[in-house]
Amino acid sequence: MSEQSNNSSATPVLQLRQINKNFPGVKALQQAQLSLYAGEVHALLGENGAGKSTLVKVMTGVLQKDGGELLLDSTALNFDTPKDAQQAGISTVYQEVNLLPNLSVAHNLFLGSEPKRFGLIDKKAMANQARQLLSTFGLDINVTAPLSEFSVAVQQLVAIARGVAPKRGAACTKVLVLDEPTASLDADEVQTLFQVLRQLKQQGVAIVFITHFLDQVYQISDRITVMRNGCFVGEYQTAHLNKAELIAAMLGKELCQQRHQAPCVAVEHSEAILIARQLNSGQSVQQLDLDLPAGQAVGLAGLLGSGRTEICRLLFGLDQADGGTLSFAGKPIKLSNPAQAIALGIALCPEDRKTEGVIAPLSIRENISLALQAKQGWWRVISKKKQQQLADFYIEKLQIATPDADKPIGQLSGGNQQKVILARWLAVEPKLLLLDEPTRGIDIGAHAEILQLIRQLCQQGMSLLVTSSELEELTAFSSKVVVMRDRKKVAELSGEDLNPDRIMAAIAGASV
Amino acid sequence: MSRTYLPLWITFALVLLMFGAGASQFDGFASLRVVTNLISDNAFLLVTALGMTLVILSGGIDLSVGSVIALSGVAAALLIGPYQWHPLVAFAVILPCAALFGAGMGALIQYYQLQPFIVTLAGMFLARGVATLLSEESVAIEHPFYDAVAEFGLELPDGGWLGATSLLTIALVLLMLVLTHYSRFGSYVYALGGNSQSAQLMGVPVARTTILLYASSSMLAAMAGIIFSFYTYSGYALSAVGVELDAIAAVVIGGTLLTGGSGFIIGTVLGVLLMGLIQTYINFDGSLSSWWSKIVIGGLLFFFIALQKLLSKQWQSKAGGKA
Amino acid sequence: MTNEATILNSTQSDQLKAEQLKAARQARYSPGQSAHQFSLYLYPLLALALLLLVNVLLDPQFFSLQWQDGRLYGPLIDIVNRSAPVALLAIGMSLVIATGGIDLSVGAVMAICGAVCANLLVLGDWSIPAVIGLAVLTGLACGLVNGFMVSYLGIQPIVATLVLMVAGRGVAQLLNQGQIVTFQNPDFAALGSGSFLGLPVPVWLVLLALLIMQLLLKRTALGLFIEAVGCNAKASRYLGIDDRGIKLTVYLLAGGCAALAGIIATADIQGSDANNAGLWLELDAILAVVIGGAALTGGRFSLPRAVIGVLIIQALSTTIVVSGLPAKFNLLIKALVILLVLMLQSELFRNQLKALFSFNKLRGGKA
Repeated sequence: MSEQSNNSSATPVLQLRQINKNFPGVKALQQAQLSLYAGEVHALLGENGAGKSTLVKVMTGVLQKDGGELLLDSTALNFDTPKDAQQAGISTVYQEVNLLPNLSVAHNLFLGSEPKRFGLIDKKAMANQARQLLSTFGLDINVTAPLSEFSVAVQQLVAIARGVAPKRGAACTKVLVLDEPTASLDADEVQTLFQVLRQLKQQGVAIVFITHFLDQVYQISDRITVMRNGCFVGEYQTAHLNKAELIAAMLGKELCQQRHQAPCVAVEHSEAILIARQLNSGQSVQQLDLDLPAGQAVGLAGLLGSGRTEICRLLFGLDQADGGTLSFAGKPIKLSNPAQAIALGIALCPEDRKTEGVIAPLSIRENISLALQAKQGWWRVISKKKQQQLADFYIEKLQIATPDADKPIGQLSGGNQQKVILARWLAVEPKLLLLDEPTRGIDIGAHAEILQLIRQLCQQGMSLLVTSSELEELTAFSSKVVVMRDRKKVAELSGEDLNPDRIMAAIAGASV
Repeated sequence: MSRTYLPLWITFALVLLMFGAGASQFDGFASLRVVTNLISDNAFLLVTALGMTLVILSGGIDLSVGSVIALSGVAAALLIGPYQWHPLVAFAVILPCAALFGAGMGALIQYYQLQPFIVTLAGMFLARGVATLLSEESVAIEHPFYDAVAEFGLELPDGGWLGATSLLTIALVLLMLVLTHYSRFGSYVYALGGNSQSAQLMGVPVARTTILLYASSSMLAAMAGIIFSFYTYSGYALSAVGVELDAIAAVVIGGTLLTGGSGFIIGTVLGVLLMGLIQTYINFDGSLSSWWSKIVIGGLLFFFIALQKLLSKQWQSKAGGKA
Repeated sequence: MTNEATILNSTQSDQLKAEQLKAARQARYSPGQSAHQFSLYLYPLLALALLLLVNVLLDPQFFSLQWQDGRLYGPLIDIVNRSAPVALLAIGMSLVIATGGIDLSVGAVMAICGAVCANLLVLGDWSIPAVIGLAVLTGLACGLVNGFMVSYLGIQPIVATLVLMVAGRGVAQLLNQGQIVTFQNPDFAALGSGSFLGLPVPVWLVLLALLIMQLLLKRTALGLFIEAVGCNAKASRYLGIDDRGIKLTVYLLAGGCAALAGIIATADIQGSDANNAGLWLELDAILAVVIGGAALTGGRFSLPRAVIGVLIIQALSTTIVVSGLPAKFNLLIKALVILLVLMLQSELFRNQLKALFSFNKLRGGKA
């Protein structure tokens, strides 16, 4: 599947070989690899949880690898701290701008290597040097103003400028890592950034470019490395890989066990339980028309950042719509907080299980009964006995692997945590269950069980909206799949059209 | 007017307003004498608040300063009195010891990831405890050096008098001004307050900076204790109770963000002056009771905290509108 | 791990799975919740017992109780009685700390509520329930101010409560016009120094407050919600808990507890001293909660353990007195205890300790 690069004449500036990295309970990287040549833009691609960020962190000294080797100019190195990596000439610009918003632009550029006069920081010289450096990036701004006063795009460029600025006692920048640098930039700003990247490329800097905007990959990158589930998938020449092939590599072609099962539909041609018309939310969802039929599972597909998570947030009252109408079970509704959504019978299993789902130190029993308790109000307590019954019932039903219900949920594996969160919402008996990436980062066994559960729930008459990056999975249970691209709905597939290839084509857009 | 400077200007305006109000109502308020008294009366608070500014700029807090003032006062009095040391020698021992004490707290905060609040609370009990242990009674200081210092000073017109302690305080203010705004250490302190994780990623020596800044806070507090001993000619273990609160209040009123990362030494100076002016005004008035100063300071604290919150929210929505 | 894998393997027969689940569930009875609960109480209780033991070694009369004028007297009763105000504060502080907050103002709130009581009593014409009621309302109002600033204005708890810590004492002085307001009202004074069924009234008040609070927390879902918000406020909001409302509630309750503590302190000295009432007691209360094993970052809490923490602090001061050490050691020892407890809560330090011990063992083994 992978097509080796024929760039073998030169030696790579930086080479990562067979990198392993484990976190408690998770193998974040398994035999990951990456080779970078001077003067190339190398796109590092993969869906959320593919291990891109972890690999970058290993490369830049934020995390220490558990196995494998890192060669810089053919010498094996170990970076213990970010500073070590910087000294060796590897600079990083993170997704959230990791600068100091309270300091001036100039100070952000030169923190730690400020020009000095008589032992004191020479602010005038610093400002001059900053202006000079930024002018090469086409930026003409007031460098003495605090960074926070500028747009994210400017901050991003400043971060890159700092990345390549000469530093005290450090080698000149050989490798520049950009983690989602364009996530918050508009089209013009992206072009400015690319201009800068091309310039740096000419100076012989190797650039790692992580993004989920595939158009940009084709615009700027020379080569592509794709990762999935912490593993290396392949290394490709950008020119030799079309978009559909790329998406196939990113999403994988693993077959689900349920593949050939028919979509589960409890009621044929049922009434829509939720209808959205022209729904808008800032810039994250635009003019969405969505019908969710009762008693069916609807899939929501699209790449990261396409607006799928935002739809879930919107329907659960976490974000407020600023335009359009929403009706649920025949009545128009307005949601301003999750409690309202829950009262109506809408529930959400959030994407980020760790920070938005589990309450780690509390027990499984408490985690399961909390949502029901919150719905009932604080004065009508669910007795410990009832909680225990509830917990036992769901531990049995969802086969949650735990010795007892009093174990803190934080000690469970990802799949079991997800089951507990599902149990939490099932206990509330919602009419509409929103599942945002319910199978991410969980083991194969639990994965299959959760898909099975989705089918069961459907058959019992519950309506579901399921977001997933795994297309096979979506086709396994959905009666229809809504495809999002760039915050807009681009397709609604059902019946004959409902297969992974069609979904992928829709995600990739017409320009395949 | 930018977000960073607005609280500073408001404090400055309030200082002028307070001074104007005093001057218009009372004879002799608008004199150099009142101004120099303001400085000398609040010298020890100002010196303490300078250290507190550093700590708060970094996003921390130091509750131990009041106790360190008392401890250094008692230690100085004992070394000079019963042990017959020359005051300068005593100071030369006390200041490094205080720095070591602060460094210890900084190390606990840094390496054991404990909250500054609770660590410095323990430090507060510890320093006060050691001070009580050294002497429960007030220890008088009698030394020719103290008399000489008391007599030394700058005679100014209009009844103004800048004593040695005031001059020392002014020198310390200038030193801290340079250190905070024009040294690499100062920028690191701001960096910590801005975002310690980013700071770490940008190569700021976080551990060294944290330890150094708590050390400086304790050392400045010890300096304040020595200055305090020049007013009282004694050291007393139960003196300066609650000074940490006054110092924190002065820093906040001076426009420094309590979450760290933004603020100015000059703001703290203005904050101390404003608090001193309120006290002076109440003294001049005679009919107003002293508790009003606490209530007014509490009100000012609330005003400035709410203002900071408002400004940072406004800024967030400005930056957020883009994303 | 293997257990999990087999359970998840869907090819296993249902019966086998059921058996495995059963076996797995039986395992709960060895290291389960109760054992964990027990060890949480073990160390504070052990510390308390140790302190009492030291006391009885130093003073054989320490456990002696005398019955006089219808009430018990003795060193133990003194400890319990003196703990009362801080115990009340610690009950409120536990809740606040459980949400990851802190309330520095409770000492000042005590002073304000004490001043309210004293002034109402001096004015006369107020029945005792009305005085108590107004004082508690004052405390709740103070709590409301703190809670509003923390939960709705989003100000850090230390900062928000600092405002009232500074201004509160000024307000109390204003109420008292700078005087120590004393009153003659034996009925009210009985709240501080009287006795009921042989035990001092403050002790009963603490027990009553503890009981009411425990009922409120355990018979409703409030306790669970507080813990949930303290552990993960975001996830709590995502499952429909009003996290702001919960935060507001805990500051409200802390204000109410501070009011009760203020009433006891005022009744005890039959007067209100705005400068010194409750001075630094907020620190003792925080310390007690920490000694009781709660983390300052929020999460699990227990009111009884916090009260045990208060008893430890009080017993410690008594021990210092009984041991003949001058009272001046009090603060120093307290500081060392805080440091010790803090260090023990730090994971790094515990690991260092373990490493040290295992190193010693290793050396011992070789020798």
